[in-house]
Amino acid sequence: MNLTLKVWRQNGPQDKGHFDTHQLSDVTGDMSFLEMMDVLNDKIIREGGEPIAFDHDCREGICGMCSMFINGEAHGPGRGVTTCQLHMRSFKDGDTITIEPWRASAFPVVKDLTVDRSAFDRIIQAGGYVSVNTSGETLDANAIPVPKADADEAFNAATCIGCGACVATCKNASAMLFVSAKVSQFALLPQGQPERKRRVTRMVEQMDKEGFGNCTNTGACAVECPKGIDLTNIARMNRDFLNASVTGQ
Amino acid sequence: MSSSGILKSSLAKKYAMALTGLFLCLFLVGHLLGNLQLFIPGVEGQTAFNEYALFMTTFPLVKVLSYLTYASVLFHVVDGVVLTLQNRKARPARYAVEKGSANAGWSSRNMAVLGTIVLVFIVTHMQNFWWKMHFDKAMPTQTVNGVELKDLHTVVMNFFDPAINSMAAAAAGLYVLGMFALGFHLWHGFSSAFQSMGVRHETYTPWIERAGQAFAVLVPAAFASIPLYLFLTQA
Ligand code: SF4
Ligand code: FES
Repeated sequence: MNLTLKVWRQNGPQDKGHFDTHQLSDVTGDMSFLEMMDVLNDKIIREGGEPIAFDHDCREGICGMCSMFINGEAHGPGRGVTTCQLHMRSFKDGDTITIEPWRASAFPVVKDLTVDRSAFDRIIQAGGYVSVNTSGETLDANAIPVPKADADEAFNAATCIGCGACVATCKNASAMLFVSAKVSQFALLPQGQPERKRRVTRMVEQMDKEGFGNCTNTGACAVECPKGIDLTNIARMNRDFLNASVTGQ
Repeated sequence: MSSSGILKSSLAKKYAMALTGLFLCLFLVGHLLGNLQLFIPGVEGQTAFNEYALFMTTFPLVKVLSYLTYASVLFHVVDGVVLTLQNRKARPARYAVEKGSANAGWSSRNMAVLGTIVLVFIVTHMQNFWWKMHFDKAMPTQTVNGVELKDLHTVVMNFFDPAINSMAAAAAGLYVLGMFALGFHLWHGFSSAFQSMGVRHETYTPWIERAGQAFAVLVPAAFASIPLYLFLTQA
């Protein structure tokens, strides 16, 4: 198929940025979106241009690097997929595809489609962990009984790959879905209890500091999340933060 | 985090939004029940409504509630403006292509605009009725059993009577428009308040959502039916 690609180009965080338009032919339906980008970059290089910078790593939907806002949606059309798992068969011959980076002040553009998501890392550093004794007498995690339903919920929350599609999608650039998944994966397990209140307070504080927007419960994040993280996590975090605030932590 | 830090957090602002919003939902029910007396015809309706208006403006407990209502409206507005400005700042560069309808409902994406329309409605509404009831020296009166009552009933009737108020049609129309905005605001706001407070449950949340939608349709529709009725029966 033949496509018209409008791609965002930006030389650095301070650059204003603009769209470049490219025509690409001979794209097949079983190419992944990133393979299509590779073909495009190949063409640009052969024509003596500067290839488009974009993030990617695993190309199998587990690392969360492939951030692209495609035709008005994070990771493009289709549900439960990252950009690397999106295939060109989702488009048709003659389509115009607009490709933009995640846009949020907390995710500054590094170059073209690449953004800096280290704000997420700082939120994790603020409290997204459990402190364990590593003296050699560490308790085997499996020795502590966990109800199956809780274990499943915690596991679901833990499947968040930190891609940032929730922030990119949210009209407020809010990070609530990500942070609530990272809060929930511990809040549901016995190992997470000792630091539960401190964790949620610190992570929310860091989230605010990074300049993410406020949640208005539109639910767009959960629809676009490639891992199906749902709004239950946000409610749990709201509850936990309220509890921590009222009981003093 | 210090307690002032907690109060400044994004979540505390959401709790305030939710609690004031839900309190204002209760206010709407109370206000609506009072307004429905405007359907009672004749002197009987006039007396009932004016005695009710007197009660609402003088009974101490109701006064406390009304101050709480003013405070809630103010807080809801100021908090809403702060949240909206912060949200704008969090996404300084807009997307060239944004498919908002692909993943979220229309009212949830337009709460600030809807809220602003509702606020404009409230201001004009208070100017037309609340201000007259409280401060207008030229307020008509009705004498019931020797007691002189402020005749808010006649003020309302005249306001929507095209023979007396040349703008009656526009007034009724704008009232209905305001109720549309309120309905859409509630369509998202009611259940959203529960989510913000962390109240979410597999079984009950769908019911909260349905109740919110029923509330969002029925309450504004009932409010809007009154000026429409008064205008059409007097036209
Ligand atoms: S919650 Fe979903 S969309 Fe957000 S970072 Fe995690 S996986 Fe990505
Ligand atoms: S490249 Fe790893 S998830 Fe897409």
